[in-house]
Amino acid sequence: MAEFEPKIVAFVCNWCTYAGADLTGTSRIKYASNVRILRFPCTGRIDYMLLLKAFDEGADGIIVSGCHPNDCHYTSGNFHARRRWIMFRSLCDFTGIDTRRIKFSWVSAAEGAKWADIVNTTVASIRELGPYTEYKIVANNPVKEVSHG
Amino acid sequence: MSKIGVFVCHCGENISATVDCAKVAETASKYDGVAFSVDYKYMCSDPGQSLIKSAIAEKGLTGVVVAACSPRMHEPTFRKACAEAGLNPYMCEMANLREHCSWVHEKGEATTEKATDLVRILVEKVKYNQSLNEIRVPVTKTALVIGGGIAGIQASLDIANTGHKVILIEKDPSIGGHMSQLSETFPTLDCSQCILTPRMVEVAQHPNITLYTYAELESLEGFIGNFKAKIRRKSKSLDEKLCTGCGLCTTKCPTKKIPSEFNEGLGNRPAIYVPFPQAVPNKPVIDRIHCTYYTKGKCRICEKVCPTQAIRFDQEDQIVEVEVGALVIATGFNIKQTDFFPEYGYGKYPDVITGLQFERLASASGPTLGEIRRPSDGKIPEKIVFLACAGSRDPAKGIPYCSKICCMYIAKHAMLYQHKVHSGKSYVFYMDIRAGGKMYEEFVRRAIEDDGVNYIRGRVSKIYEKNGKLIVNGADTLLGAMPIEIEADMVVLATAGIANDGAEELAQKLHISYDPYRFFAEAHPKLKPVETNTAGIFLAGACQAPRDIPESVSMASGAAVKVACLFSQDELTREPIIAVVNRQAPPAYSSCVGCFLCVSACPYQAIEKEEIRNRNGELIKSIAKVNPGLCQGCGTCVAFCRTKSIDIQGYTHEQMYTEVLALLNEY
Repeated sequence: MAEFEPKIVAFVCNWCTYAGADLTGTSRIKYASNVRILRFPCTGRIDYMLLLKAFDEGADGIIVSGCHPNDCHYTSGNFHARRRWIMFRSLCDFTGIDTRRIKFSWVSAAEGAKWADIVNTTVASIRELGPYTEYKIVANNPVKEVSHG
Repeated sequence: MSKIGVFVCHCGENISATVDCAKVAETASKYDGVAFSVDYKYMCSDPGQSLIKSAIAEKGLTGVVVAACSPRMHEPTFRKACAEAGLNPYMCEMANLREHCSWVHEKGEATTEKATDLVRILVEKVKYNQSLNEIRVPVTKTALVIGGGIAGIQASLDIANTGHKVILIEKDPSIGGHMSQLSETFPTLDCSQCILTPRMVEVAQHPNITLYTYAELESLEGFIGNFKAKIRRKSKSLDEKLCTGCGLCTTKCPTKKIPSEFNEGLGNRPAIYVPFPQAVPNKPVIDRIHCTYYTKGKCRICEKVCPTQAIRFDQEDQIVEVEVGALVIATGFNIKQTDFFPEYGYGKYPDVITGLQFERLASASGPTLGEIRRPSDGKIPEKIVFLACAGSRDPAKGIPYCSKICCMYIAKHAMLYQHKVHSGKSYVFYMDIRAGGKMYEEFVRRAIEDDGVNYIRGRVSKIYEKNGKLIVNGADTLLGAMPIEIEADMVVLATAGIANDGAEELAQKLHISYDPYRFFAEAHPKLKPVETNTAGIFLAGACQAPRDIPESVSMASGAAVKVACLFSQDELTREPIIAVVNRQAPPAYSSCVGCFLCVSACPYQAIEKEEIRNRNGELIKSIAKVNPGLCQGCGTCVAFCRTKSIDIQGYTHEQMYTEVLALLNEY
């Protein structure tokens, strides 16, 4: 059987991480092709419901990345994103959504190599975790599939 | 029904080398709503753009997806092409096949599959794009230049000479920057002060330039064309209008033993001082940290001797608010001090000095009046060693980059030393000689061949003191790493050029990016070298990377032209990527329930309360309203909104959810 190729969705801000990923390209640093980048103006724009939607639609792993603290193009969007992430993570833990599948990080416009590294490590760790089939069970059909034994 | 055109670019071979562009275009042609799909070698070229334009006209396209390089590179190009063909420019999106795909993955099916996915995401997104119109905003035709070194001076003069107002702020008591400290300049050996000071005077006298020395940026708000800056004018303890600059106070000040910043600690200055005789403005400031009155509560001698009663001990910092349309950042650089180098004595040997200290020794305005005398005992050194790359190109020291100017100034130092001390012997330890520049290589050859400077290719491992001499242990790698020991009288370290103290804080105030070494980041390394990621803020000189004088001046003039271009228009157009609160027919008026969480989320105070009243003036409902002039389009409010009543144009709920769906549901 062929090796499991995880589907990774990256939610990134336009000013730091998207530009950082551009720099990865300009620097010709190779990384795993499993990731698909979605561009947002700012991590503050990222509605975390989108993350759940992505899992619902079959994503195996998610990366959220923006500007480093204090470096947000819009002053404080990344702080809002971080606070929201802390809350969201607790909620995920509470409801049984596997937070190991969400990587939250900061990648600046100058950190091309860091972006490649984050993608590679995320792909490797999700590959180890395997396809995220549990989400569908938790989200869509809890009564039938989850045993109470 | 959407009619979308997909245009897949090969980018020469940049994309097509790893992505099967024809296949991407063919797959895209089968997507719902795609009316036209094609691949072409250079989509950004004139025939490429014509291809897009004619397809829009012939097929009646309602949306365009260009699958090429990063939208940060060519989105404006393709949006403009669409507009020229009569399609609203915001109906055009780009899929990033180059930076995010072809350049970072190996050739193969997975890479082509990813490219196909990226195209599909954007095809689905563009179906939900709306025609948007650019926002027009007025331009305040005044520039703020931060930093009064040669770059800031040049930028200020150039902008002022185009007829626009300039406010120049400098943190030190005088403008001039590092260039005013230099003795002579490579490769012509003309005196630095002689070419700089006339420009400093020009700045002070220019009718279009307002100069604030001893001042720093406190905060910056706003956006291109419409910035509001607060400038902190630090108290000089002096009424500048009354002061005539006679300098009596500086001669009478009893606190005289303060290391002079201008002389890099090789000379002293009093507590009330003018940094150097040619300073602009040539009026003193009181250094409150060292002044006896401020530390011990008595003295006030300067006040007593001042013939015009200009001293003001109770003067406070003043905050000046200015409105400007553009900024030029020219805050320059700093150098590593000798105490950074344990192997060279942690800065404890007084005769191991930095390159900038050597400049002061060699300068006619310096503490030795231009004679090369060593700091410890004032003797003229008979043997002098110069070390290139002290810290630079040394990843172990955290400075992997080349400081760029050192090779040249070391050649100059050695040359000046040989000119002044004919019997002296000079040695240069170097890694490589990097003399790229007009007449630069010839200059270094002159130092070696005409002035007899001994160049040794190799590193110095250790410097220690023995019998009043500095023992320099090195190796000559051109002689098979043969160990070399030189008994020197003085050692000059060409210490690495680094970003200025406080560079990060300033970048954060300005919302501009900086690199891992804290130098400010340009918007594009080749095509936008003086722009930053923030529109309306430009860079000049060594705050962006180590730069020599000709480069700093060129950059400054470049930045000045960018500012002049901006000021040539009365109105600017801004991208309509802003938030809007939905409006509905009565009785709902909007799905907004008036919780105003968005107000607390907005970093720009762009969201206001709007009251909806009936004909009798009775309040029906309060809802949020976005001020399009202030909104910068971060979208933080969108994620906050409980009722999804606020949305951001260009990144709407529909668009972003569609992207997620398109990405994961394959066709």
